[in-house]
Amino acid sequence: MSKPTLNAPQAPVRRTIDIVNASLKRRHAQERRFRRIGAIAVALGLAFVVLLFADIVGKGYTAFQQTYLQLPIELSAEKIDPAGTREPETLSTADYMAPIRAALRQQFPEVTERRELRQLYSMVSVGAPQFLREQVMENPDLIGTTQEVWVLADDDIDMLVKGQIDRHAPEESRRVNDRMLGWVEHLEEQGRIEKRFNTIFFTQGTSREPELAGIAGALMGSFYTLLLTLILSFPIGVGAALYLEEFAPKNRWTDLIEVNVNNLAAVPSIVFGLLGLAVFIGFFGAPRSTPLVAALVMTLMTLPTIIIASRVALKSVPPSIREAALGVGASPLQTQFHHVLPLALPGMLTGAIIGMARALGETAPLLMIGMIAFIVDIPSGFTDAATVLPVQIFLWADSPERGFVERTSAAIIVLLAFLFLMNLVAVLLRRRFERRW
Amino acid sequence: MYAWTLIVVLLMVMALAYHLGRKRAIASAGGVTQINTLHSLPSYYGLYAAIWAGLPALLLMGLWFGFQDQIVTSLVTANLPAEMLDGQSSGRVGLILNDIKNLATGNIVSATVTPEVQAAADQYARLARIANWAMWLAVLAVAVGGMAYAWLRTEPQMRARNRVESIFKFIMITFSSIAILTTLGIVLSVVFESFRFFQMISPLEFFLGTNWSPQIALRADQVGASGAFGAIPLFTGTLMVSLIAMLVAVPIGLMSAIYLAEYAPRNVRSIAKPVIEVLAGIPTVVYGFFAALTVAPLIRDLGALAGLNVASESALAAGLVMGIMIIPFVSSLSDDVINAVPQSMRDGSYALGATQSETIRRVIIPAALPGIVGGILLAVSRAIGETMIVVMAAGLSANLTANPLDSVTTVTVQIVTLLTGDQEFDSAKTLAAFALGLTLFLVTLVLNVIALSIVRKYREQYE
Repeated sequence: MSKPTLNAPQAPVRRTIDIVNASLKRRHAQERRFRRIGAIAVALGLAFVVLLFADIVGKGYTAFQQTYLQLPIELSAEKIDPAGTREPETLSTADYMAPIRAALRQQFPEVTERRELRQLYSMVSVGAPQFLREQVMENPDLIGTTQEVWVLADDDIDMLVKGQIDRHAPEESRRVNDRMLGWVEHLEEQGRIEKRFNTIFFTQGTSREPELAGIAGALMGSFYTLLLTLILSFPIGVGAALYLEEFAPKNRWTDLIEVNVNNLAAVPSIVFGLLGLAVFIGFFGAPRSTPLVAALVMTLMTLPTIIIASRVALKSVPPSIREAALGVGASPLQTQFHHVLPLALPGMLTGAIIGMARALGETAPLLMIGMIAFIVDIPSGFTDAATVLPVQIFLWADSPERGFVERTSAAIIVLLAFLFLMNLVAVLLRRRFERRW
Repeated sequence: MYAWTLIVVLLMVMALAYHLGRKRAIASAGGVTQINTLHSLPSYYGLYAAIWAGLPALLLMGLWFGFQDQIVTSLVTANLPAEMLDGQSSGRVGLILNDIKNLATGNIVSATVTPEVQAAADQYARLARIANWAMWLAVLAVAVGGMAYAWLRTEPQMRARNRVESIFKFIMITFSSIAILTTLGIVLSVVFESFRFFQMISPLEFFLGTNWSPQIALRADQVGASGAFGAIPLFTGTLMVSLIAMLVAVPIGLMSAIYLAEYAPRNVRSIAKPVIEVLAGIPTVVYGFFAALTVAPLIRDLGALAGLNVASESALAAGLVMGIMIIPFVSSLSDDVINAVPQSMRDGSYALGATQSETIRRVIIPAALPGIVGGILLAVSRAIGETMIVVMAAGLSANLTANPLDSVTTVTVQIVTLLTGDQEFDSAKTLAAFALGLTLFLVTLVLNVIALSIVRKYREQYE
């Protein structure tokens, strides 16, 4: 055995720094990978937002326009008002479809066969006579003249003109056959087809015909529901928050209330619908499908949101305000109502607006209480049968007609616009009144 | 006469009472110069009178609205000829009563109108009219009586402020108890109806049966009269959709929260975070539309390209879109807890030479784990209770399957389907919806309680 000599090559001492250095490359690669995964996740999240909005807007923007056909319509006095009295009753019961059909026949004199004629007539919406009637009733002098009138086109023609139905697709896979396509192209050449701003969409109730369907009824339903919800839930929410935050003694009852509020905020909304059905409709006999019941359900649903937000707002008011008020002799209630509440109000309003925004988009519980009914009339009160915007979207999304796809998307755009507006107001309110103490 | 008119009239009476009470207080003190002899400010005497005028009347009105319909209905029912009700199920009686009410209010009636029904409808309309007038009289009488009472009680020594304040306090206590009443209402309504359901269908069959076809015939002689109420396919369907949703939401939500909290420059964070949170504010019906009309056809086409047979309403489409919806829940809750981890723990880890990702994975995530788990549990409860996406995109057939490309149905879908058709309150079909609702409520309640307590414990740990 020879002694190891000093200059013999030694096994290198494994110092920590070497271990670290050896692993650095791998670890840095790992670091980069991890970071990239994070960036991808964020990008995916953003992509979903963009995709969702692009999809909805892409599908829906065309619904804000509606196709009209220009037809020279002869409003003969013998047909509409044979007695010549111009009485509103006679005018409103007259047949206005006949002159429109006559005008169509006049445009295409070569069409004589019955089946073809039926197709020709189907180019005009079944609602077209109603608008013609309104025009005539407004201006009875039109009777006896021939007027160039823009009449509402059927939804299939509308889809074709907007390019939603591919003209070059084979005839059998197209809802509009070659003959009708020919007529449409003929009218287009003459400049008798025009797309105009879709006022029907904003002024009418729903309909089975896409070209006649509007969101006015649903908007009014949503308006009444939200108004009543706000009237009920804001005072109740603020009162509850004030009590829980400022007055409540720490005991089992208030603990129970607190646990309850937090849990209610996370109960699935459909369960509130069951509650509304069993208690408000089943037990108290409140009228079904009305904004009244909807608002009661929504109130219970939004209360936790408002209570929680209001408590946060109350917490942010510094104790010195309370102490000063109490110090000059205000009673506890005066302190709260005269000094703390006004300072906390912007925060509470923000919470209320956010709660209202959620209530505006809520659908499931309203299906339970019968808001799914098909209601054409625009509601004019809290106890009229009504539907609301999201439920209308749900109903339209279920309709098979091609024309409803764009109208559903357009209704969604309107809904999102309202939500955006409400959130904007909430943010501005917060910015404007937020105080740092 | 509309109820709203009555409310407006009542408000006017209250305003009058306020004015009178205030004036009376000043007069009883001996004029404006002497009001320092009053116990409270004059406006409190006014408020006192207004409360006495308004509160009892409003309470009476609320009670009247709550019970008028029941009382009138029972009076009408009692007057119906006995042979109309004998041997009828309570569901049939409900239908008859509905017809009577519709007839009375001039709506469309489902059955032919017999003279008895017509008579009952007339009686109903008459009673309702009488009740309405009686309510006006009673409410206004109570309002004026209350005002008079307060007016007589007004004297300089009366502690008006204290009384008003204690009434306000009482009102606030009532308001805060509404949360409890709501929970109580939910529990009672679903438990009561579920109890009736479980009297017809044994709980064993409901919770362990694998066949769900709730179409019960209305009459016993119809074909296929007995429905099957085995809810296992619904539970598995719900679990599958939720699982797919969580598989989408948890990785994306968690990783984006980590990236935004730890890596992203301030300006990226200030834009990306609110934009992602936009996803949380979009109504679920919009997601449902997106799932049914965009994602489902896309998946079906992709599946067709790959030679797979995808149902047009697949669990995958619903789950994916639900996952997108849940991303912001996971990400903002995780973001909160990650930011709550004290900086000293990060600094300690860096000082030992760990890279940023190692710090995150070995230090921050373990420290934040309870909070993250709590957030994920909340998200799961949200996924289970989500309704519109699955109603619009998941389908109705109760398949017991593990294939995400198949159509499945969920608990919430079935609740909606069972309760939105024409319904009778007594059939097992309708009651089944409440049993499902009870199950849903209990499961989400347990998840929420666990999640909230975890999150709260976690917060306390670092505060």
